[in-house]
Amino acid sequence: MKILGRVTVILCGLLLLVYVGEFPDFADPQSPASTHVSPYYIQNALEDTAVPNLVTAILADYRGYDTMFEATVIFTAGLACFFLMRLPKKEERVVFYRHRATGVTLRIDDCGAVPKDTQAFHRIDSQWVPRDLIIRSTTRLLIPFVQIYALYVLAHGHHSPGGGFQAGVVLGASIILLAISQDLRSAISKIKEKTLGILSSLGVLIYAGTGFLCLLLGESFLDYGALASLLGTDRVMARSHGILIVEVGVAMAVMSVLIWIYYNLSSAGKQDEGL
Amino acid sequence: MRGYNMDLLNLIAAKANYWTYIILMMVGFYALIAKNNLVKKIVGMTIFQTAVLLFYVSMSTKKGGTIPILHHGETTSLDPGHVSALVNVADYVNPLPHVLMLTAIVVGVATLGVALSLAIKVYKTYGTLEEDEINLQLRNG
Amino acid sequence: MLNTFPAIIIVVPLLAALLIAGISFIDRRACFPIGVAALLISFAGAVAMLVNVVSTGVAMEYRFGGWAGPMGIVYVIDHLSALVLVVITGIALVNLVSSRQTIIDELKEKDGAFVALYLLFTAGLVGMTATGDAFNLYVLLEITSLSGYALIGLGSERAPLASLKYLFLGTIGATFYLVGVGYLYIATGSLNMVDLATIIPGLMDSGVILFAFIFCMTGLFVKMAMFPVHGWLPGAYSEASSPAAGLIAPLTTKVMIYILIRICLSVFSVEYVFANLDVGQIMVWLAIATIVFGSVSALAQTNYRRMLTYIIIAEVGYMVGGFFLGNKMGMSGAMLHIVNDAVMTLCLFMVAGIVVNRMKTDDRDGFKGLFRSMPFTMAGFVLAALSIIGVPPTCGFFSKWYLILGGVAAGNYWFVAALIFSSLVNAVLFFRLFEIAYFEPFGDDHHGESPGAGAVGIKEAPMIMLLPFLAVSFLLIVLGVYSGRIVTNIIYFAIPGGII
Repeated sequence: MKILGRVTVILCGLLLLVYVGEFPDFADPQSPASTHVSPYYIQNALEDTAVPNLVTAILADYRGYDTMFEATVIFTAGLACFFLMRLPKKEERVVFYRHRATGVTLRIDDCGAVPKDTQAFHRIDSQWVPRDLIIRSTTRLLIPFVQIYALYVLAHGHHSPGGGFQAGVVLGASIILLAISQDLRSAISKIKEKTLGILSSLGVLIYAGTGFLCLLLGESFLDYGALASLLGTDRVMARSHGILIVEVGVAMAVMSVLIWIYYNLSSAGKQDEGL
Repeated sequence: MRGYNMDLLNLIAAKANYWTYIILMMVGFYALIAKNNLVKKIVGMTIFQTAVLLFYVSMSTKKGGTIPILHHGETTSLDPGHVSALVNVADYVNPLPHVLMLTAIVVGVATLGVALSLAIKVYKTYGTLEEDEINLQLRNG
Repeated sequence: MLNTFPAIIIVVPLLAALLIAGISFIDRRACFPIGVAALLISFAGAVAMLVNVVSTGVAMEYRFGGWAGPMGIVYVIDHLSALVLVVITGIALVNLVSSRQTIIDELKEKDGAFVALYLLFTAGLVGMTATGDAFNLYVLLEITSLSGYALIGLGSERAPLASLKYLFLGTIGATFYLVGVGYLYIATGSLNMVDLATIIPGLMDSGVILFAFIFCMTGLFVKMAMFPVHGWLPGAYSEASSPAAGLIAPLTTKVMIYILIRICLSVFSVEYVFANLDVGQIMVWLAIATIVFGSVSALAQTNYRRMLTYIIIAEVGYMVGGFFLGNKMGMSGAMLHIVNDAVMTLCLFMVAGIVVNRMKTDDRDGFKGLFRSMPFTMAGFVLAALSIIGVPPTCGFFSKWYLILGGVAAGNYWFVAALIFSSLVNAVLFFRLFEIAYFEPFGDDHHGESPGAGAVGIKEAPMIMLLPFLAVSFLLIVLGVYSGRIVTNIIYFAIPGGII
């Protein structure tokens, strides 16, 4: 198999390299890709949408339909991971507790209802390490700032590199940081799986719903100019606001899906202990 | 001979991005088809997709162009025709491939997530991630 | 109102899928009705659009975001897309309704997620068929693939491995297609199919366009399981659960063939593919290899569903070979076979679903004595088998007839021989099944339920599975009788004028 693989790959690579001469030069301003459709975007995006960031304007307005399906792809991935891996909630079998004062660990077999944490005892994972003071304090200080930064990235997507996807990823990363630095159970207690499932579908529903609203108002699907009457501005500013609305939906969806996939992957579907 | 050398050098220099992308794509493709371990195949798949990202983004650059965000001075008025008269197309790189690749990155991440879930399920069933051991178990059991 | 239908047939399943996924965390009983309602609206919209396109003769165009192409994304519904849209939404609807009990029994708490993934898969297929933008096709292809991997992955014990193999090959195919689109963009600067069709004739000698064509074709061949990159199909379709197999098997490969036809006819024009590049002959040889390989491998299988998957591979060979023959008869046969094969495959997989439901096995031995205990199911099965073999008046005969006429007209007698060989092999396969079902004594795994000396009662499938199945098998005859009208009113308009 390896020999067949090497032969295929070398043949394929040589075949591709032979024709390299026909491609346009690297960084050529006169290549067909840079002179056919993209000048329209560069020259007219600001007038059409009031958004200086050309990438956001194209992403959420000119090709907004593609972006809706991109959000659906990430939602499908979260749903697929849940569908494939989630195991039904079972009665806990083996549970570990630790005495805070002395460090003695208890193991309970055939545990039915799990006792709550008390002053003396707290529940630990099967592979528990003592919590480090530095990690605990640093993450507790960092996470709020990370989330504020994510909101900044979302809100400034019109004027600087950023937007919904980037903000969603950073927001998701903040919660995953909590799950990694403390343990999965504390993250799950802060954001439950049911919340994540509903938030993710709500996020993509905001995107598709905005488009459907424009359809119901008589214009094309995802034509934000139709929202001008609802928002009380002219058509150009309505496009700018429409872009912000869908970016918020996308950020919600991406954040929830990333955390959801992390919950399912790190605990292999059981969602009791993580990495 | 010298003319031929100059041509070859020119070929490599002017099309450097295509060489890089083809070599990277072949590395990922090889890992995807020839490696034994399922997770190594998944890594190869990611490299394969990243090579295509590199290809698209490299085709959007322009010599002397800057990021595709309009400068502050040109955004003072939104009158039709005002901005398009001021903006010089060659100053900004082509934004369309960047947009397309944002989508492709998300698709790659989604595929990675689903692939890893399937790999976890395979591991739970067969106890191993090596493809030849799994085939042995399939043949025997 | 009618001009918004191209958007509605894809947006409604998408919204319904999102709603179902959210609601499944709150109340699971509402999921199924919402799904069926969404597919019903889609099906009605597709039929309305087909009627509109046939009566007016003009393709429908829809601009998303209000931007005209090539600035924005445009959907174009012409004769062929409208026909394939009706097939997709109809099959998805019938399969969902008939699998209701199996979904509830096998999947228990995840039935909401299953219906949501089902609807996302259907929405992806609908979008792929209707789109007029090359990159939008890639995104929808990935939605379909991802939901397909998930739907297949939760089946039998070997399902995750089969799905992972499908994932690797499917990603190769989709990424190759993406590279092809990138090459097209580099050479032309546009992603809109209509725009590309106007620019490419000026670039016919370019190596970039040649490689774009090769990459797109290779990617699509991997996704439609042509020989030799078919390795993912038998495992994936036979290890999936019955509802998932009933949705994915009839539709995926056929829609990929539709996309191949769309790209060859509408993007790279007919002159480029057949005159300039002259790939017709090579493709027909590949198709012949696929037909022979599929038929011979089907003979070796003892598992009913695996046998069906190899028959699907052979049918893919019919359609690709018929298209690349390059004449009107061949192309009509290929396009008609898309419709016919989808319905035939649905019928056969529904039989598999019924047999699995009653006999708990999809092996060939599960068919023992079924003629006596399940006469209605077997009647429909006989119709489907005759259609695959190619016996009039079922629809399978007519599409094969067009393909054979096309092969004769092109002088490609190897292709005609492969078609006849495949029909003979199918006859052997299905008559073997008839023999097992008719002559073998009824072998059920009843634990102590002994029906009395010699008399076996009729233990038919549940009504909700039986009625849709009988409707679909009856449809095989209806499609056969109306084949001529379908071809002259719809398919002839889809073939460009230059083909004779």
